[in-house]
Amino acid sequence: MSQYSAFGLLRGALNGQKHWQPAWRDPEPKSHYDIIIIGGGGHGLATAYYLAKVHGLKNIAVLEKGWIGGGNTGRNTTIVRSNYRLKPLHDLFEFGLKMWEHLSDELNYNVMFSPRGAMFLGHSDADMTKLAERGDAMRCDGIDADLMTRDEVRKLEPLLDMSRSARFPIEGGLIQRRGGTARHDAVAWGYARGADSLGVDIIQKCEVTGFVRDGDAVVGVETTRGRINAGRVGICVAGHSGHVAGLAGLKLPVESQTLQAMVTEGVKPMINSVIMSQSLHCYISQSDKGGIVFGGDPDNWPSYAQSGNPMVMERAVAQGLALVPALSRLRMVRTWSGVTDMSFDGAPIIGETPMKNLFLNGGWCYGGFKATPASGWTYAHTLATGKAHALNAPFALDRFERGATIDETGSGPMPNSR
Amino acid sequence: MINFSFDGKTYQAEKGDTLAAALLRNGIGLVGRSFKYHRPRGIMTAGVEEPNALVTIGDGGRTEPNTRATDVFVYEGLVAKSQNRWPNLSFDIGAVFGLAAPALSAGFYYKTFFGSAKRWMFYEYFIRKAAGLGNAPTKTDPDHFSQRAAFCDVLVVGAGPAGLSAALEAAEAGKRVILVEQDNILGASLIRDGQDLDGAWVDATQARIRAAGGRILTRTTASGYWEHDLVTLTQRIAEPGQTPPHGVAQRLWHVRAGQVILATGSIERPMAFAHNDRPGVMLSQAVRTYVRRFGVVPGKRVVIATNNDDAYKTAYALKAAGAEIVAVLDARPAPAGADSGLPVYNNAVPLSTKGARHCLKSVTARVYGLTQSWDADLIAVSGGFTPVVHLHMQAGGTLDWNDAAQAFVPASSRQNVTTIGGAANPEPVFNVVPVSKPKKSFIDFQNDVTLSDVDLAWAEGYRSVEHLKRYTTLGMATDQGKLSNMAALGRLAEKQGVAIPEAGLTTFRPPYTPVTMGLLAGAGAKDAGAHVRRLALYDVHAAKNPIWQPLGYWFRPRAYPVGSETLAQAAMREAKAVRSNVGMTDVSTLAKFEVTGPDAAAFLEIICATTVGKLAVGRGRYTFMLREDGFVFDDGTVWRLDENRYLLTSSTGGADRMATHISYVRQYLCPHLRVSAVNVQEHYAGIAVAGPQAKAALAALIGEEPPRHMSTVPAMIAGVPVIVLAASYSGERAFEIYVEASHAGLVWAACEAEVSAQGGALYGLEAMEFLRIEKGHLVVGGEVDGRMTPHDLALDKMLNKAGGYVGASGLSRPAFSEAGRLQLVGLEAIEGNIPEGAMLVTGEGASPQGHVSAAAFRIMDGGSVALGQLTDGFARHGEELIASSPTRGQMARVRVVAPHFYDTAGERYRD
Amino acid sequence: MMQFTCPHCGPRDQAEFIYERTVDAVVSLDAAPEEAMKSLFTRNNPRGVDEEIWRHTYGCRAWMVIARNRVTNEISATRAVGPEALP
Repeated sequence: MSQYSAFGLLRGALNGQKHWQPAWRDPEPKSHYDIIIIGGGGHGLATAYYLAKVHGLKNIAVLEKGWIGGGNTGRNTTIVRSNYRLKPLHDLFEFGLKMWEHLSDELNYNVMFSPRGAMFLGHSDADMTKLAERGDAMRCDGIDADLMTRDEVRKLEPLLDMSRSARFPIEGGLIQRRGGTARHDAVAWGYARGADSLGVDIIQKCEVTGFVRDGDAVVGVETTRGRINAGRVGICVAGHSGHVAGLAGLKLPVESQTLQAMVTEGVKPMINSVIMSQSLHCYISQSDKGGIVFGGDPDNWPSYAQSGNPMVMERAVAQGLALVPALSRLRMVRTWSGVTDMSFDGAPIIGETPMKNLFLNGGWCYGGFKATPASGWTYAHTLATGKAHALNAPFALDRFERGATIDETGSGPMPNSR
Repeated sequence: MINFSFDGKTYQAEKGDTLAAALLRNGIGLVGRSFKYHRPRGIMTAGVEEPNALVTIGDGGRTEPNTRATDVFVYEGLVAKSQNRWPNLSFDIGAVFGLAAPALSAGFYYKTFFGSAKRWMFYEYFIRKAAGLGNAPTKTDPDHFSQRAAFCDVLVVGAGPAGLSAALEAAEAGKRVILVEQDNILGASLIRDGQDLDGAWVDATQARIRAAGGRILTRTTASGYWEHDLVTLTQRIAEPGQTPPHGVAQRLWHVRAGQVILATGSIERPMAFAHNDRPGVMLSQAVRTYVRRFGVVPGKRVVIATNNDDAYKTAYALKAAGAEIVAVLDARPAPAGADSGLPVYNNAVPLSTKGARHCLKSVTARVYGLTQSWDADLIAVSGGFTPVVHLHMQAGGTLDWNDAAQAFVPASSRQNVTTIGGAANPEPVFNVVPVSKPKKSFIDFQNDVTLSDVDLAWAEGYRSVEHLKRYTTLGMATDQGKLSNMAALGRLAEKQGVAIPEAGLTTFRPPYTPVTMGLLAGAGAKDAGAHVRRLALYDVHAAKNPIWQPLGYWFRPRAYPVGSETLAQAAMREAKAVRSNVGMTDVSTLAKFEVTGPDAAAFLEIICATTVGKLAVGRGRYTFMLREDGFVFDDGTVWRLDENRYLLTSSTGGADRMATHISYVRQYLCPHLRVSAVNVQEHYAGIAVAGPQAKAALAALIGEEPPRHMSTVPAMIAGVPVIVLAASYSGERAFEIYVEASHAGLVWAACEAEVSAQGGALYGLEAMEFLRIEKGHLVVGGEVDGRMTPHDLALDKMLNKAGGYVGASGLSRPAFSEAGRLQLVGLEAIEGNIPEGAMLVTGEGASPQGHVSAAAFRIMDGGSVALGQLTDGFARHGEELIASSPTRGQMARVRVVAPHFYDTAGERYRD
Repeated sequence: MMQFTCPHCGPRDQAEFIYERTVDAVVSLDAAPEEAMKSLFTRNNPRGVDEEIWRHTYGCRAWMVIARNRVTNEISATRAVGPEALP
């Protein structure tokens, strides 16, 4: 692997940037791997990377039906934070956040993690109490969180509508200063390059079409490029977990829904942090290119159609403009949508399945991107050892039938939370 | 003449000019700077695909950055400014990035700026400042944006000859037709091309369409094609920055069409050659448009570069306008263009241009393998045509490759859409493989992506078209790749050694052209789309100037301060009035359901987890409801008003959810029951009267002995029939009076008179919260947070032993009876005031074992008390903990106690 | 935004409807606990047609079952449910 550096770029300036090697190989699949990961998104590639790097495994393949990073890794709003209320969630995401802080160096690939603050706005005293509760829960577990006064919010984001007569007046906020955004594609590419250099085979255009079983054990996969045997198989295809698990005869506590996001034309810096709200469901940040990145609610009905929906989008924009009126004359230039695994408590699933040698990582709802390093780390541990890491133990698949759900919003088993 | 300004200088435009036409008319060739290298750029196109000529239009709250000069029509007083330059357009310091271009190759930022996240943020600060294009407005938008729904049989997109003909045919066949055109005139391409059909035909066709009832919308873009033939249209009523005539700047249409006909035409492609981004390099059809439609000749000595016949029309138009055609570089072999009467060079492709002072000076081409140059001030380029298939693809369509045209054309669709005209049948062209220096040959002009960037992405393994796009940022600019995508695909296919259709295709997502955010928000920008529900007694409260509190969609009085009272002082006074005398409050927002029929009790025993059937007529009881997974999700009271008639109340915040739940259970799960369950939340207003003197007050109001605790009677107050429920949330003897909302004012006035006569007070939500916390009553959204079981809330003894209610089957899950669950407790301060929301910890640095769900003060005796959730809390009464709120710098030492601080025996309910 | 045909009101914008759940997620009142939890917590979730329960909430408020393809959004059947639809 050729090392990336400013020096390399300067050298390239003289040679026409001709010395760079492919960031990853394009290998033919082997007939057997110790571990196969289905899904070449950020999570699957991170899992492969840590399997090779931390657990010393060499014979690993990542199978991707399209091109790596083409699913939800490349279709999110790039927000990174760990400001959750419930302990299993903030512990997992905080572990990940700490990894984000060194990820560019770790991978020798600039993932542009920019901790410029993830702020929840509060619109009433009740909101502020809820935010304090969340912040207190985090602080008592050693995670940074600070309440902000109205003036502090105004200073950070001067373009917010601070008028008292607003429908959702801003009373203050809760900020996690270490939260922020990262460059989503770079995460997939950086992990891919890292994993590849450690010997992991990343096989694109290779769709899994079935599982090879021996009794209640999985011993391989059928793919569009032939049968591949495996010691262990890890599903890592959030958005399509139900479909792939279904190939093994499993039904999951997951419903696939579409989540849309959008970006405006680029403008000079106007939004300094990541803005979220306790009462509204929209999140706003500004990319390094200047576009205002915008997200809202998932569609709230099951779908695999990435066709989007004007109704949901217009609602998200209405909410955003109520907070930041200055966005009114910007233009939305691009929309995208991802198919998300809506789990039945809003939390991910990482762990064993009822089938031997088959593992599952999914159910990320609309919050998977920020977990990429932690998800990869814990899933690698689970795949390497056959057992959950302490961080992902609470996120076992059987928690639903056991009644041990991790329900941050308390809204129960219907992901559309009627 | 129309006056407008550009970068502070005033110029004149002709009526009908786009800003681009007006700038060219005034000899202004340099209009903007590119995104990455700040290269000087001019006007390249005459349409929405313009990548270069982006300006900021208007001022104040109407400022529209990044507006394409080709897509704004000049009006008197238009103010335009160039952007992304400093100190000025012709001398831009940012152009130093261009000198560093050899190091700033595609994706360079992934390979450097390592170190801590803070260090990246240092670099990022400068990158962010350099990026972006225009500045966003900081003032409030003074204009409105309206939204409208429409239905039609046939929606025709594009009013060129094909679209006009299709709209006419449909309209005259009696169909409801909407014809939309993004330009401000119909049939503009006819002016450009000077075909057999002319302006008179356009006028006549337009008149006939209108006469047949068709609707024609100009300055309207079909921007999104959604499911089931829903198309969103964005209509400009005022031009960017212009004061709209009736306050509405733009209108968003949601059109549900029976059939959609796309006559969207095509977009001309540039060619890749060195310095093909200079002002003075324009697309051929754009040049023709400026000459024939606007009467502006953008160059005197012109080179034409083409791979097709269409560009010859441009040459003729220029010649007719007095320009000199110094060379027609035709990539096709002879005899193409042989009889044109023009200086045609076959097998000729442009290699590079030279310029000075942001103007074009000369063009160099390779002709039959030899290099030749011409002095010229304009090169008009035509690299073929890309059909506008965006809407077809948004609709879920597929594409075919048309080899003769080297273009993708619409194939099948799963929606009811057809494509006609040039978009379906693009002109044949000759495939040109670029031969110029790739480092200077731009394909995405705005984002400064060159052929060598594509080559680098390929070499580094970013070979899928999506990887290429994301790695190089190609197609991610405000022109959304309209000019660049095909050039990139061509290069990619060349690298792969395959034909273009095998190289792949990126997806087409809405919008077709960028859409103003204010338009998407519409009226929702003012209230976030969350309309306020008004209390029936709103005016009564408003007259008392209370402190309001948002609660779901409602605003309810939080307290009624007297004089200079603070919220806390007012609430405590109100709460004391309830404890010591009598108070009244508005409880109208509670969820209410009237359940009637022979199976009403059976139905309620499905909804409620408690027994209902044994209630005597005239009696009521506390109840709670479970979700299907066994967690408590709401609580309230149930009353038997009559033999087969019940009233069920539940929380305000959960009212909509409960209404859906009840309807689902009734309609889907129990359609066989003989019962009706009607949501009467807003049918009845509710007034609670509470306190030791409440009974006396009520007796005076209804003229009879009030019902005993948990009983109900029908009665009359102020001549209005009411339902009186003797229920208490405050812990005092109390009554809820329900009255038809339209008569609530009369009843309220009578109650208020009586309460005042007793020396009592109005109380708001804050006092109610104090009262219920002290009494240990639950609140949905507080203690009932969707994660607590009946056992966790000590409600399990009330469960209906017979089962059969929703959620019963969830209760037997193993985790519900494991140790370590959070359980409801009371907390009493030993030292300090308990902060609401604080964590319960055993000491500094310990992980939380629970939290404070609600905190208040003992109303008559003082002292901080609270309710909370604590791990294994039932068994920990007497234990000391710390309630810690690090975010507020507050903490209290607390003792765990039973969750009741007032009248634990319930004696105050009894008479 | 899709368009549904309400059995009572005719074709209406999807904005008037609220999705409830799929038919396979209905927990019948007499289901044994294990079966109830299975219905509640597992889904077919097919990349194809599934039967979904929707309510015309901002219209006639009636419930219906819609067979819809989750990839193409094609609607192949709609039927009313509730007391009026009983045989």
